[in-house]
Amino acid sequence: MEISELVYDRPDQGKFRVHRSSMLLPEIYELERQRIFDKCWLYLGHESEVPNPGDYVRRVVAERALFFARNRDGELGVFHNTCPHRGALICRTDHGNAQVFQCFYHAWSFNTSGELIGLPDAEGYGPDFDRAELNLRSPRFDSYKGFIFVCFDHEAESLVDYLAGAAEYLDLVADQSPAGMKVIPGSNRYTIKANWKLLAENSMDGYHALPTHKTYFDYMANEVGGNVPSISNRKGLGRALGNGHGVVENDAIYGRPVAMWHPYFGEESRQEIDRIKDELIGRQGRDKALRMCEKTRNMVIFPNLVINDIMAVTIRVFQPTGPDSMDVTAWEMAPGDETTSMLRRRLDSFLTFLGPGGFATPDDTEALESCQHGFRSGGVEWSDLSRGFHRDPRGDDELQMRSFWRRWQSLVADLPHVENFERGLGLYEQPEVTPSPELSVAADN
Amino acid sequence: MATPTVQVSPSVSGLPATAESLLLQHEVEQLLYREARLLDDWNLDEWLTLYTEDARYVVPTTDLPEGNPESDLVFIDDDYARMTARTVRLKSRHAHREYPWSRTRRFISNVMVTAVDGDEIEATASVAVWRFRAGESSPYVGRYDVKMRRVNGQLRICHKRAILDLEELSDHGALSIIF
Repeated sequence: MEISELVYDRPDQGKFRVHRSSMLLPEIYELERQRIFDKCWLYLGHESEVPNPGDYVRRVVAERALFFARNRDGELGVFHNTCPHRGALICRTDHGNAQVFQCFYHAWSFNTSGELIGLPDAEGYGPDFDRAELNLRSPRFDSYKGFIFVCFDHEAESLVDYLAGAAEYLDLVADQSPAGMKVIPGSNRYTIKANWKLLAENSMDGYHALPTHKTYFDYMANEVGGNVPSISNRKGLGRALGNGHGVVENDAIYGRPVAMWHPYFGEESRQEIDRIKDELIGRQGRDKALRMCEKTRNMVIFPNLVINDIMAVTIRVFQPTGPDSMDVTAWEMAPGDETTSMLRRRLDSFLTFLGPGGFATPDDTEALESCQHGFRSGGVEWSDLSRGFHRDPRGDDELQMRSFWRRWQSLVADLPHVENFERGLGLYEQPEVTPSPELSVAADN
Repeated sequence: MATPTVQVSPSVSGLPATAESLLLQHEVEQLLYREARLLDDWNLDEWLTLYTEDARYVVPTTDLPEGNPESDLVFIDDDYARMTARTVRLKSRHAHREYPWSRTRRFISNVMVTAVDGDEIEATASVAVWRFRAGESSPYVGRYDVKMRRVNGQLRICHKRAILDLEELSDHGALSIIF
């Protein structure tokens, strides 16, 4: 089978299928490393994690050890975490504050801008020794409204072009507070023994929510009264956002910390939440503010970033470590100046559903590992993602997942990428996506 | 690199060895052993009876073991109502990570009663939970910091903070059991 035939995309037949070898074979994973993870913009961290000069955070992105730091002038730097001298890790703690990064191996020292500022017995090197050649090396990086991304391809488009329609959805998070949004201390770190693309699918799969997470909906109905939602009364929309990014946007069923009051938050919170909502309407306009407050969004930014704006605002990133495993890290966000009482409600709201100890996330982990086991059974070559091909896309259809896979197929097979927004066009105004010169924007159906 | 000073935890000491403290030590150990056995047996209804109705059960994240549930993201922050809901979920056959239930064996050791203030008793213990399921085995290792209170003569847990020593839930994928 050809690499270019792993995605079977036939709107005329109402069929969209993905060959399961794409989630099993080491050769495919190796191609993904070269053609996706070495080419795309990848999420690294958030600027709020390094608020002060000297603050640093280390992280692994696509199996590469990196760290980012704020220098004495408050500028952000991102560095490969390896000594230019002989290779040892420079930054060996997860986060902290430093004036100097010193390699423990031969004691070479770098400032927070990555410049080599000292080494023992410098006279041991000859007159041609050029310190500037031995500064820490940086990958290409940029940030959008506080979200920092790196890219290991110097030819790639700019970050904002890469984000395409996803930028608007990052705005819907970043603009939630006049004080800006920050990452709350504490993160969820866990491994899922399944192919990373299954988590991309799952993160914007509205169809699985009710059956897989039955206990969560039972719990909420029991906790706050009312009915367990049924699949037929879910309103929502799936969208392709360009470049493989996708989102599902639904009417919120329960409360939202941003500013949608719900009995779960308690009567005493009502005034405070309404006040936040009024501020949002004044600052962002009624339409955008109500959309921020009353709709939930599950977005995947290709290839491995999820921004959930649901019962909590979360950042989830997954680093593949092989064809059948990935390391997941998730954080929660809050307004920079949130009151103690609102922060308390926000943290509680997260825990009802999310995280390794939540009432839903463990079920997703189980589902993904179950799929991976199922794939090895053989007998079935293809997985089906054709739901909603024939109609205007709902939040529990699969348009957004098809958009992910189309992008995956074009990158991994090194084919020109043709955007296909399906019928998502026109439901909301489609954001302008600037096509690369050799590509054309097509919208069939 | 100018790293912050290494944080040394405050020292912990037990009670002086009096006849009274030996009895209390025995009582606390028996309570923790009983909890372990009830959880290993998936006898979740009876497990709940070991707690007071104002109880709180907290598990911090692996990267922030000192995490405060009021201001930091934690894995679990349950009051008695959510502890009850957790047992309902685990018994429902729809908590898919635990259906069928995993086999577990909890080992509680190094139990030390650290404070007694009237009816309030504090203790700390080391814990290892072996969990076996679907061909995988993964240990949850850590420490319990427990506060207990005497209710109608019976010792009950009113606060349990279960701190994982793991760096991440690498092989576990989740914290699907009660730790």
